[in-house]
Formats: sequence, C-alpha cells, structure tokens
Amino acid sequence: MSKTLKFFDEMLSADGARPPYQDYQTWFDGQDNLRLANKAQEAEAFFRRSGITFNVYGQEDAEERLIPFDLVPRILSAREWTKLSKGIDQRVRAINSFLHDIYNRQEILRAGVVPLELIAQNEAFLPQMMGFSPPGDVYTHIVGTDIVRTGPEEFYVLEDNARTPSGVSYMLENRETMLQMFPELFSKIKVQSVSDYPKSLRQSLAACAPKSAGSKPCVAVLTPGIFNSAYFEHSFLADQMGVELVEGHDLRVVDGHIAMRTTTGYKRIDVLYRRVDDEFLDPLTFNPNSMLGVPGIMDVYRAGNITIANAPGTGIADDKAIYSYIPDIVEFYTGEASILKNVQTFRCSEPDTLAYVLEHLAELVVKEVHGSGGYGMLVGPASSKKEIEAFRDKLKARPSNYIAQPTLALSTVPIFTDSGLAPRHVDLRPFALMSPQGVNITPGGLTRVALTEGSLVVNSSQGGGTKDTWILED
Amino acid sequence: MLGKTAGGLYWMFRSLERAENTARLLEAGFRIALTRSSGTASEWKSVIATSAAQAAYTAKHDTYDAERVVDFLLRDQDNASSVLSVIKSARDNARLTRTGLTTEVWAAVNETWMVLTDVLKEPVLQTELPAVLTTIRHQSAVVRGALHGTMLRNDIYDFCRLGTFVERMDSTARIIDVKYYALLPSPSFVGSRLDNVQWETILRSVSAHRSFRWAADSDFTAPAIAEFLILDGRMPRSLRFCASKLVDNLGYLGMHDSDPKPSLLMARKLNDRLINRDIGSIFEEGLHEFLLSLINDNAELGRQIEQDYRFNS
Repeated sequence: MSKTLKFFDEMLSADGARPPYQDYQTWFDGQDNLRLANKAQEAEAFFRRSGITFNVYGQEDAEERLIPFDLVPRILSAREWTKLSKGIDQRVRAINSFLHDIYNRQEILRAGVVPLELIAQNEAFLPQMMGFSPPGDVYTHIVGTDIVRTGPEEFYVLEDNARTPSGVSYMLENRETMLQMFPELFSKIKVQSVSDYPKSLRQSLAACAPKSAGSKPCVAVLTPGIFNSAYFEHSFLADQMGVELVEGHDLRVVDGHIAMRTTTGYKRIDVLYRRVDDEFLDPLTFNPNSMLGVPGIMDVYRAGNITIANAPGTGIADDKAIYSYIPDIVEFYTGEASILKNVQTFRCSEPDTLAYVLEHLAELVVKEVHGSGGYGMLVGPASSKKEIEAFRDKLKARPSNYIAQPTLALSTVPIFTDSGLAPRHVDLRPFALMSPQGVNITPGGLTRVALTEGSLVVNSSQGGGTKDTWILED
Repeated sequence: MLGKTAGGLYWMFRSLERAENTARLLEAGFRIALTRSSGTASEWKSVIATSAAQAAYTAKHDTYDAERVVDFLLRDQDNASSVLSVIKSARDNARLTRTGLTTEVWAAVNETWMVLTDVLKEPVLQTELPAVLTTIRHQSAVVRGALHGTMLRNDIYDFCRLGTFVERMDSTARIIDVKYYALLPSPSFVGSRLDNVQWETILRSVSAHRSFRWAADSDFTAPAIAEFLILDGRMPRSLRFCASKLVDNLGYLGMHDSDPKPSLLMARKLNDRLINRDIGSIFEEGLHEFLLSLINDNAELGRQIEQDYRFNS
C-alpha cells in the first residue's frame, strides 16, 4: 500500500473518540478483552447454527462460508445520516426518472446529456422495455447505494446498485446478533431501529402492484434456488415478509397472469420480487436455456398483469459507464445539483483518457463496466508488476469494457482483534425502497469491512467481513 | 402452500426418519455381532436387506462384514440412503422449505447436519460406533422435539408427519419381513437359542425391547411379537400406528374437500387391513405376502400423496 495515503478513521481522531463513538468508546474501555473474544466466537456459532451462510461460486462442492462478522459497530450521527439519506433519495428518484425516459421518450439523449451510443451499445439495455411503463412507473423498487468516505464530510457514491442488490439480510441479522450479544449497549446508546425493513419492503412492493390486483396483492420472492450464493437472503426475506419463496418451476402463466403451484392448485401472483437476473427471467424472450425463469412472463408483464421488482432493464442505470454521468442525470431530472459526489471516473473508451489510464495503472483502480462482486478488477497500488502488465493487455484489447478511478483513501473503522482494536477500511450500502408513495430509506445499512490489514477490497467473495451499522438518534 | 414446499417437508421428514431407522438397525446388528464369535456375515447381510439398499451394496461389495456394512450405511455417498446422504438431503429440503419452518426446527435440522457431517467425516471405528449411533438418534430426537414443541398444527405439520409415517411404515414392515422366518410359529424353532436372539434383534431394531414387556404382558413368543409390531396401536413404530397417523394427517389436510382425495381413500384402505384383525389371520394369509403387499401399497400411497398435493407438477 502506498505510504503517502492518509486514512480518516471514523472512530478515533487525534483527540480521542469522535463524537458519534464517544459513548461506545466509554463502554468498550470497560470491557474485558477475553469476554469480547468469547462473544465473537458465540456470534460465529450463532451464524453457523442459523445457516447465515453463502456459497462461493466457481469452486466444486465448495463448503458454505460465513461472512465474518466484526463486533465493533460502525456508527454515524443523525446529522451525517440525514445528509446521506437526502442524497440517496435524490439519486434514486433521478435514476428512476432516467429509466422511464430511456425506455420511453429519451429526452436526455436528445438533449445530448448522455451519449446515445452508451445506451444503444449497452448489453444492459433491453429493447423489450421500450414504450412501456411498469405499474406505478417504478423501475427501481430496491436500490443499494454503495458509499465510501474519505473524510469527516467527504462521502462518495461508488456504485448505484439498481438491479437486485443483496446484503440487506446481513443488515438485519447483524443487528439481531448485536442485540443478543450486548443488550446493555442498546439501553445506553439510542440507535435507530432497522427491524421494520421487511414490513416496509412488503408494503412498498404491494404499493407497486398492477391495477388488476385486488386490495391485498399477492407478493412472492423468486429465487434461482438453494444453490445460489444469496439463497439464505432470499429465504430470509420471504420468511420475514410472510410471502412465498418461489422458483421458476413453481410458476406458469395461467389466464394471462403469473401463478404459483400450490397444494390446492394455481394461485395468482401480483408482485414478483425477483432475485434472478434479467437474462434468465424469461426463456422465451431472453436466454432460451434458462431454467430459472418463467416462460411468457415478459408478455404478462407488458400486458400490465404483474409487477417485476426491480424492473427488467434497470441495469442500464447502474452500469459503470453510465455512472460517470449520474451527476448530470440528477441535475437533468431534479433540477438540483447532486447532493452526493461521484468518484472521479476515467472512461477508458475515450482514447486520450485511455492513454492516461495506461500510464497510471499502478495508482488507479480499474473495473469492468459490467462486473460486480470485486471480480475482474485491478487495484493498482496493491498489485504486483506482473498483475498490472497482465491487466494492461486486457484493457488494451477492450478499452470500452473498463473504467478507472483514483485509489480512494477509504475511511477506516476499528475491528476487534486478539490484540485489541485495529483500523480496517470500510464501505456502506444503505437500502432504499421506492414506490408511488415515495422513497423509504432504512436508517442503517450494510457496512462491509476489508479484514486484511491495508486491503481496500471489501467484497465478501474476496474475504471481506461485515459490521453492524448504527445511525444514532438525534 | 406451494406444492414444492409440501414435497420438501414430506421428504425432509422421510430422510430424518430414515437416518434414525438406519441407526437403530445398525445398533441391533452390532449387538448381535458382539455377542457372537463367528458367522456374523448373515446378520450384516440381513441388516443390508432391511435397509432396502441391497442393490447399491452388492454393486460395490461382495462380502458382508461390520466394517463395510457400517461404512456403507453411515457414510457412503454412493448410497442415497446412507445417514450422511439423507442428512444432507434433509438439510437441503429444510433450506428449500425454510419459510415454512420455525426457527427452532430449522436450527435443529441445520445443527443435526453440522454435527453428523462432523461425526461422520472419517470412517467410524468400532469402539466409537455406539456413541455415533446414539448421536444420530439424539439429533433426530432434537428435531422431533422442535417440531412438536414449536410448529403450528396446520398443513405444514401434516406434510412433515406424512413423510415420517410413510417412511416408518416402510421401515418397520421391512424389518419384520427380513426376519419373518424367525417369527413364524414353527414348533421346531420354539424356545431355541437362535429364536430368542432374532426376536430381540427385531425388537431392538424398533426400540421396543422394553415396551414389549410392558405392553404385551406375555412371553417372547413369535405371534406375540408379530402382533405387537403389526397390530398394536399403542406402539409408535407399529404398522397399525403408522397407518392410523397417515389417515389422520391426510384427513386434516382434506378437511375442506367435498370428495376425499385418492390418497386418503388409499390410506383408509391400508388402515382397514390392520384394524379388527388378529395375528392368526395374518399368518394364515402368509406373513411374507401380507408384508410385501403392505410395503407396495404404502409406496403407492406415497406416490399418490405426491400427485394429490402437486409436489412436482
């Protein structure tokens, strides 16, 4: 890691604990390290017993893994949160308007704010969505905005996850675990509750039901199945919402609606919260080999008889190439300047920029435009010469497949180790729900932490862990 | 409820029941092997026959001994009925039906899977076998306790129970069938040493060596044991008990049906063959023939339940 970068620690400043952490610090100082170490083990046993695990892709018969949980919470003040949530609210609305525009009148393209080829040549753009408005005009029912911090007031959006963001079950289970391990903490420190999320999710989804649905719309969660890496979350959310968890083979089109096979016959579904990618949603429209979707669902959708959350084609808005235009998109649709900042982004598709990026690979983070999960990316400062050279060839072969960003001095929050507290880099993914009634952001989120000292990669598939995220009450 | 969920619950409890039954079978077999110095091969062979895994076993082994049989029944991944295989399948089904289970039931199944995959990681030494078998039965009891103590008595519960009793009926019938020759009231066998050992094995295989004495109020005679295992409605592993539970649970499920479903009619028919019956008439019919047709009818009932409740289509 480059020695010149200085990191902002969210808990400890030169004068002791920063204000949001002061009460916690007081409590922590009174704790016995051995007791805390035992608590950490208890937490792990609890996660295993509860089956809060994920499967790792690309490994034959890989065992299920736990996402390591760190017992030191990540704490934000009410003031910090207010700014963040306003910014997220604004961004989510703008992205939703952008999607509606792109799939209908395309005014933003005509105005020249976003280049046409970025849309036309984008794999995430779905022509099948053209000239169609989903129920309630909502595309992004659930958004998980990835936010990083570099200083007391410096928050940046790293990614707008507008497809099927995952991780919300960890937000809920981490809090549950903390409540079980340290109940006394929550009587001393007033933390805003996250436990309403499943109820809000169900209400928000139901509010997006098609007009044809009755007063009690039937909601279901669509999962690829028990071997999917996020299956735990799918079943958790269905369970918490009190709705059915279905797979493609449970569903079929009956009388122009999507229906699920129950023990007493087929029952109609009004809202499908799908955790299946666009490509696999309908073998008749998209990937014909898909076993995970429902043949004909796109026809039912276009006839206005089912709500699919999130809407197909939302990937066009959280694409990494579109990302650099989001501040302009926010301004275009809301008439306001973007509250949350973007990270400076180099579009490798532009020849001059590419030349710059190639020259500065050792300092930059380079990402695939369509990648996710921390795969296929280069963290320049943390890579060997050989890795950089190998990446250089990939970049030169398909420049438009990549964007580059400066290596950010991500903030740190301490984790608990055998030798006491030690700073580690973190990011934050709050979850926003959108319906015709508005945007609802649960005060909290998933804090991911890079457990390896100095590492900037927080993805769970790359050895990251999680923390409970506290938003303090005013 | 989704048809898939109903199927998942049913198979989850069939699997759990199978693991428990396998543990009992091995326990009884191991006991006999311990008390004999030679000629235990036939005992192990009958354990394999009873477990209904004969074909899979002979595809792999041509001799029967403690080490091979125990490993095959406990750990062999090629044996779809090995404890390791069925526990994995039970846990997969529990994940599949997670939204239908209470936290306690899910955690109990998950823990069972964790404990047993750990205990069965390496081949089980003979010295460790009793402890391992106890662990299997203990875990099974933990799941059952969670089920009884925390689940709503609704359709979810009914499907769990159907899986349990279809599997148990099959298991008990096989145990009796494999040893039926020992139960035949033939004068030449009565009172011989072999008989007593065989009878005790049968009773131990269904954990009934104590309850027989309490319930039957009779000597260890072949007809008394056969009657106890087949017709005694108080004995939770008897055929009669299983059949009546199947009728009960299918009845609850079909409470609002205007016409009874085929599966309920089949279960009633099965049950009718076991009530108001005396053991003498079963011997007259031929014990082996009686059991075989019961095993077939039970399997047929299982298939009908799958159809009636749309497990797969």
